[in-house]
Amino acid sequence: MTLVLGIETSCDETGAAVVENGRRILSNVVASQIDLHKQYGGVFPEIASRQHILTIVPVIQQAMRDANVDWRHLDAIAVTYGPGLAGSLLVGVNVAKALAFAHDIPLVGVNHIEAHVYANWLVPTRPAPTDLGSAPPQPAEPPAPAPEPQFPLVALIVSGGHTELLLMTDHGQFKRLGATIDDAAGEAFDKVARLLGLGFPGGPAIQQAASRGSAEAFQFPRAWLKGTYDSSFSGLKTAVLRTVRKYEAKIGAPAADRKTKLVSSQTPPLMHTVPVPHIAASFQAAVVDVLVEKTRQAAEATKAKQVLLAGGVAANALLRKEMTARLAPVLVLVPPPALCTDNAAPIASLGYFRFMRGERAGRDLDVNPTLRLGVAPAP
Amino acid sequence: MSPVLDERMLDFISHSDTQTRRLGARLAALLRGGEVICLEGELGTGKTCFAQGIGKGLGVEEPVVSPSFTLIREYATAPARPKFIHVDLYRLGEDDLPTLGLEDYMNPSCVVVIEWADRMGASTPEKRLEVRLRFVDDTKRGLTFVAYGEEHRRLLEAFRQSMFGAGEMGGKR
Repeated sequence: MTLVLGIETSCDETGAAVVENGRRILSNVVASQIDLHKQYGGVFPEIASRQHILTIVPVIQQAMRDANVDWRHLDAIAVTYGPGLAGSLLVGVNVAKALAFAHDIPLVGVNHIEAHVYANWLVPTRPAPTDLGSAPPQPAEPPAPAPEPQFPLVALIVSGGHTELLLMTDHGQFKRLGATIDDAAGEAFDKVARLLGLGFPGGPAIQQAASRGSAEAFQFPRAWLKGTYDSSFSGLKTAVLRTVRKYEAKIGAPAADRKTKLVSSQTPPLMHTVPVPHIAASFQAAVVDVLVEKTRQAAEATKAKQVLLAGGVAANALLRKEMTARLAPVLVLVPPPALCTDNAAPIASLGYFRFMRGERAGRDLDVNPTLRLGVAPAP
Repeated sequence: MSPVLDERMLDFISHSDTQTRRLGARLAALLRGGEVICLEGELGTGKTCFAQGIGKGLGVEEPVVSPSFTLIREYATAPARPKFIHVDLYRLGEDDLPTLGLEDYMNPSCVVVIEWADRMGASTPEKRLEVRLRFVDDTKRGLTFVAYGEEHRRLLEAFRQSMFGAGEMGGKR
């Protein structure tokens, strides 16, 4: 039995989790900062790092308590060292280094993007990560044996900062097939949500509005970027903007007014003048269409056995449904929504696999805000 | 159609996103480090395209993508070229700027390109090249360049010559 403590502070969630043998979650605690950042319509770096400093120690303590383990039980500490916000990453990396040093436990550096994929290896022993301060969870049910992902596989990682298509032939063996060339998928959701006055975070807001609209109401463009596995959502965003503007022009709002409306962080709902649910549904369909088709082509070309979804946007219900339907007979694995967004359990899982390969980070492990996939942690 | 307005201004109509990118790359060829380029214009007017061109022109090899989510992205460039710092203030208000740490990058080893620079209000750098982008029609965008400060005025003059071949340098680069 190998126990790894994972620590995640790359963006706006403070997370700690204890995972057994890379797969079984013994505890998973997340302190969300989402309410703090809502007013900015996104994550604000300085506030995020200050908040991490306040919550990191209680979060780790609760993760250790929930898992009912002691420091001497731990085999390794895994920590995200990039990519992410420098100030946020620093908090997690320094706490991890201090704990590893104080308790003489090996330290493993983990790439946040690669870790997202490992949400698919996890066997949840409870439905969702525990929020900091909530009651200790009940003793875990014996986990249902989840299928372990099979290589070669294609992984689609979609979040606010990333849209990446990877080919994985083994643990630690991957090739980047494609990525966004402009806006990340999650970023497009956030920007369009803001345009439509739907608030932050954009993913859930668009999904909710879309449930009341028709995906066929508007024909928004899809950027196919033929011959590549890259994606682009900038043109789609512009098309949505033009559509919204057309409706606003019809109702004759003065230009200055419109400008304030669209750029202000407190955008008033435009529900009465613009067919928001239809636009949301048509926009969502366009994003999903491109993501699914690119993934399907990649899976076909690489003869992948499975397709794995990961990242915050993987929580989108339409994406899950379409991916499963259109990729058949290739098996599509989708982690539970709570493991798709930033949390520390996948960090601990990837940390386990790296640890078992003999990878160790030194006490000089530094953050790398622009860490790319394929870069090994500092020796 | 768009006359040269005065020596501190230059107006240009781009006919495609590819052309907007190429304009950025042309400008990048003239950058030596320490320049601040402020991009203004609403969503979908080509700010990121222009920034991508600058990145390409500075020799950034990886894709330059929108930094909206992380606010600042730093890119390695070709040897001996200044670092490329790509900033996006889309989500911010003026009050948030003091905590962003932007001034750390305002030095001769960096080229700073700021999208949504009009959000900076009173903290707008005095010396800068402003690029105002506007929507003309589905494929066309207007770009107005305005230089503030002597270094940036000289930069704009060199850019004008590289674009139109006017002045003593003559010809296309």
